[in-house]
Amino acid sequence: MNSIELKQTLPQVFSGRDSIVSDIWHKEVYFERGKSYLIEAASGTGKSSLCSYIYGYRHDYQGIINFDGMNIKGISSCGWDEIRRNAIAMMFQELRLFGELTASENVMLKNNLTSFRSERQIKEWFEQLDIAEKWSQPVSRMSFGQQQRVAFIRMLCQPSDFLFMDEPVSHLDENNGKIMCSILDEDIRSRGVGIIVTSIGHRLLMNYDSVFRL
Amino acid sequence: MLWKLLKQHISVAQLAGFFLANLCGMVIVLLSVQFYSDIISVFKGGDSFINNDYIVVSKKVSTLGSLVGKNGTFSSDELKDVKSQDFVKKVGTFQTAQFKVYAGLEFSGMNISTAMFFESVPDDFVDIKSKDWDYNIGDSEIPIVVPRNYLNLYNFGFAKSRNLPQISEGMVGLVSLDISLSGNGRREVLKGRIVGFSNRLNTILVPESFMNEANSKFGGDKKSQPSRLIIEVDNPADERIARYFSDNGYETEDNKLDSGKTVWFLKVMTGVVIAVGIVISILSFYILILSIYLLLQKNTDKLESLRLIGFSARRVSLPYQILAFLLNISVLIISVVIVFMSRDIYLGLLEDIIPSFSKGSPIPMLLSGLSVFIVVSVYNVVAISRKVGSILK
Repeated sequence: MNSIELKQTLPQVFSGRDSIVSDIWHKEVYFERGKSYLIEAASGTGKSSLCSYIYGYRHDYQGIINFDGMNIKGISSCGWDEIRRNAIAMMFQELRLFGELTASENVMLKNNLTSFRSERQIKEWFEQLDIAEKWSQPVSRMSFGQQQRVAFIRMLCQPSDFLFMDEPVSHLDENNGKIMCSILDEDIRSRGVGIIVTSIGHRLLMNYDSVFRL
Repeated sequence: MLWKLLKQHISVAQLAGFFLANLCGMVIVLLSVQFYSDIISVFKGGDSFINNDYIVVSKKVSTLGSLVGKNGTFSSDELKDVKSQDFVKKVGTFQTAQFKVYAGLEFSGMNISTAMFFESVPDDFVDIKSKDWDYNIGDSEIPIVVPRNYLNLYNFGFAKSRNLPQISEGMVGLVSLDISLSGNGRREVLKGRIVGFSNRLNTILVPESFMNEANSKFGGDKKSQPSRLIIEVDNPADERIARYFSDNGYETEDNKLDSGKTVWFLKVMTGVVIAVGIVISILSFYILILSIYLLLQKNTDKLESLRLIGFSARRVSLPYQILAFLLNISVLIISVVIVFMSRDIYLGLLEDIIPSFSKGSPIPMLLSGLSVFIVVSVYNVVAISRKVGSILK
């Protein structure tokens, strides 16, 4: 997949408003593979809605969203499975980790599906992000910041054309944010992956190609 | 790992409830099918002399009928009506002798002589080796079949009271009878030989060819209406036969139609029991579906997250489908085992009561078990797929 395109997209709940001040809603927006984007948002401006539209689990919007020029409303359930395995990796704001499973099981569950990364590589990331000792601890007993790092690693365990990170560093210190950036830089940007990051203030420090205000 | 996640919230109590309920239903259904196929053979037992599918019919002899001189014969219309019934394959009439018959026997110095009668039926209704039953015009020896009761009457009643020796069936065959025929102003003495005994036919039977010859010789040309019919039917246990006969006031000579009624009741009973079993199975099946739906409902968040990290609906449904499948197949296997075990018990009992008992085949039972299993499993698999599919549209 090379592009994600938003054409006059607007959440249905906003349709009654008289005027909308946004770089995204009701505009023509074009996200390109290989580039990085930051979407800055205030609370309640529809950031999570945007994520759910692009990831195909909510459809309550007006306008058109295209992947490579094709309207995503025509994608079948199997088509979405394929996209979620191979094309777009999402780091959810609510993380969507499984509390019953350990940190490593959460990551391996995804990696067994895609067989994309080696266990050695995953362990190395655990080391780098300073959660190696949590490897076999249930996720439910970890802090949110630690869980964010697990979710980050899980997101990396799939071949993808775009990475979509919804507030990836909301509970992380600057140092961990930097480590994430360096991992993204060395591994992801070298493969020409597009990156879309959202934030409400606490932003992942990267060199963005464009910054939008939602 | 997927299973570790999805098995959360599985209620062992609910599944055990389903398992037991379904087991009950399945065992009831399968056991009644098996019992029916075993027991039905009892009502199809044979008689060596006359084919089992023959029924002898006569009209009821009523007091009033006797007084007004009704002769109780079948008119040609009635005969036609009997022939037109679907369950009838072939109808033969009994021909009665229109002459007097005396039979004498010289036996250890005693002369026993008695008046008797002859009847005949068409030869293809008589199931006896043709050599013994063969009679050609002019032969001096007449083959005769008598009811087995006659021998018993003699052996256990007459012979005992007169201090005469008892005789076996084999011995009877060696004794030759003096048969004296008279009528139409003529008289002739022939030899007779008893070639067989019948449990079914309550008459003294001679070959039809002899009867024709003797009737024309001693009886003149009077045509008589038959008073008894012999009917070949497809299945004597058919309850329609009993209904038809009682509607027309006919009587049968043996208890064959009683077995027809018994079979009918057996069918009704089996039907009722199977219906109860099926109702229990259906209810238990709903327990399973509800319990799986509840499980899916409790795991909705997890299923949604799994779908969002790229697991297909099929992959996520599979563990639940395997769970339902395993439960169903173990119910099937255990019920079949239980049915075979109970069958051993009742077969032992039946063999004690009915020595000639031959058991039925277990195939109808296995087939019904298999079809219940397939229907239930397919429905489970489809229901789970649809439920999981509806979680993330």
